[in-house]
Amino acid sequence: MRERIRTNWMHIVHPVALAPLVLLAFDATTGRLTINPIQDLTHRTGYAAVLLLVASLACTPFSIVTGWKRLLRLRRPLGLYGFLYATLHMLVFAVLDFGLDLRLIVQEIAEKRYIVAGLAALLLLTPLAMTSTRGWQRRLGRRWKQVHRLVYLAVPLALAHYTWSQKADIRQPLALGAIVAVFLLLRLPVLRRWIEARRRKPGDVRHSTQVTGGDLP
Amino acid sequence: MMKIPSSEITPESIYRSRRQFMRGIGAVALAGLGLTACGAPADSFVAPEPGAVAGQADELGDPLNSYQQITTYNNFYEFSTDKQAVAPLARDFQTTPWTVTIGGLVKKPQMIAIEDLLRRYPAEERIYRLRCVEGWSMVIPWLGFPLRFLLADVEPQAGARYVRFETLLDPERMPGQRDAWYNWPYVEGLRLDEAMHDLTILSTGLYGRVLLPQNGAPLRLVVPWKYGFKSIKSIVKIDLVAEQPTSLWMAAAPQEYGFYANVNPNVPHPRWSQATERRIGEFERRPTLMFNGYGEQVAALYAGMDLRANY
Repeated sequence: MRERIRTNWMHIVHPVALAPLVLLAFDATTGRLTINPIQDLTHRTGYAAVLLLVASLACTPFSIVTGWKRLLRLRRPLGLYGFLYATLHMLVFAVLDFGLDLRLIVQEIAEKRYIVAGLAALLLLTPLAMTSTRGWQRRLGRRWKQVHRLVYLAVPLALAHYTWSQKADIRQPLALGAIVAVFLLLRLPVLRRWIEARRRKPGDVRHSTQVTGGDLP
Repeated sequence: MMKIPSSEITPESIYRSRRQFMRGIGAVALAGLGLTACGAPADSFVAPEPGAVAGQADELGDPLNSYQQITTYNNFYEFSTDKQAVAPLARDFQTTPWTVTIGGLVKKPQMIAIEDLLRRYPAEERIYRLRCVEGWSMVIPWLGFPLRFLLADVEPQAGARYVRFETLLDPERMPGQRDAWYNWPYVEGLRLDEAMHDLTILSTGLYGRVLLPQNGAPLRLVVPWKYGFKSIKSIVKIDLVAEQPTSLWMAAAPQEYGFYANVNPNVPHPRWSQATERRIGEFERRPTLMFNGYGEQVAALYAGMDLRANY
């Protein structure tokens, strides 16, 4: 039973995370990338990256609230897919949009804080992606966890990048920022212990440890 | 309007080859994925056939953008912030009856029905580059008349120093205006000498046809040496005023959008490259020209001004 459900979750994560890429490929090969295709590619890869990174960050708080430990397994694929889209996003910017013109790219970085934030986010995510394997987890031991705390810096930077890249209407990035802020708050030991204590109240124990489709306590 | 020989109409093969080119870009973008898919591009709005145009290129030799490109990729937040969604949303927008009120510091204030305005000021073709602040550009064959003709007829008073323009405010017909994030109606302004400049036109059509709603029907401003957002659409009100008007964008983000908004590759913007731009339909960026290439005609308007401070 448990085995089956865990497998099903992974079956959802992969197609959902790959869907934007498949759609991009389809639109690109059928001329549906708008009449400004490079801008469309930029926006769509960036948006997918931000959503997947936020989803990856959501796993732990959801697991705290629901007691559903299996959610934690989704952090790695979601984070890696987020990194994949962020990398594509940067490649579209550097290769397609600016034709690897270093002078222009350096000028963009120097002039625009949103590019600095985005680049910083991607640079911080790179070692996390590289050390995401079990082998590296073993090799780094306790330090692995410390290294991977960089994600708490990388995702807010990615959201700052998204916010600053908007023309005027920053409601959507701000909403994502608020959600991430709540996620981060839920990890605070005080809150975390309080939630877990509530969840483990007598009578609730069996219920909360069963997989019941994500009922909230 | 002038009679144009059919040989001068932009051949359809040019549009077709442009679209093929766009598809090519897409394929380049995703080369290596080995993914192929079949199917014709589905446009949510298909432009009617363009009319005749007098020229095929701007004075620098750059070819016109296609009617399809010009009428399906529109920044017109009164309908949608999604440039592709504007055309379908604006399809049924009614532009008759339409009255334009010209007032403020003038000796002869007027309310003119759009059809009278069209009759009074015959349209001529002006092929202009449009440079959007977002870093893309097009070449557009506008039909319109110099704003100075209209201003001369209403006779500005001595105290008039600026012209203030206002777009229709009607959230029923312009769904984007139901979004209270922006301070509707759209307002723009020009200094009187900018408004009197011969390059500044009120446009009533493009590509040999009457303006479509997504392009700002029935009457819009076109100021080719300024970023596109200065060229206010669907105008209902023109006032001559003494004080510098505050445009919608100046109010929304004063640190990013100034009153002048002259195309200037030397004044960076926090988001988009202003040193370079992408011509719609082209793959590589091209350098942005000072005053969008109209410096010879307009630089004198700004003699002695600090264009970095007055962005």
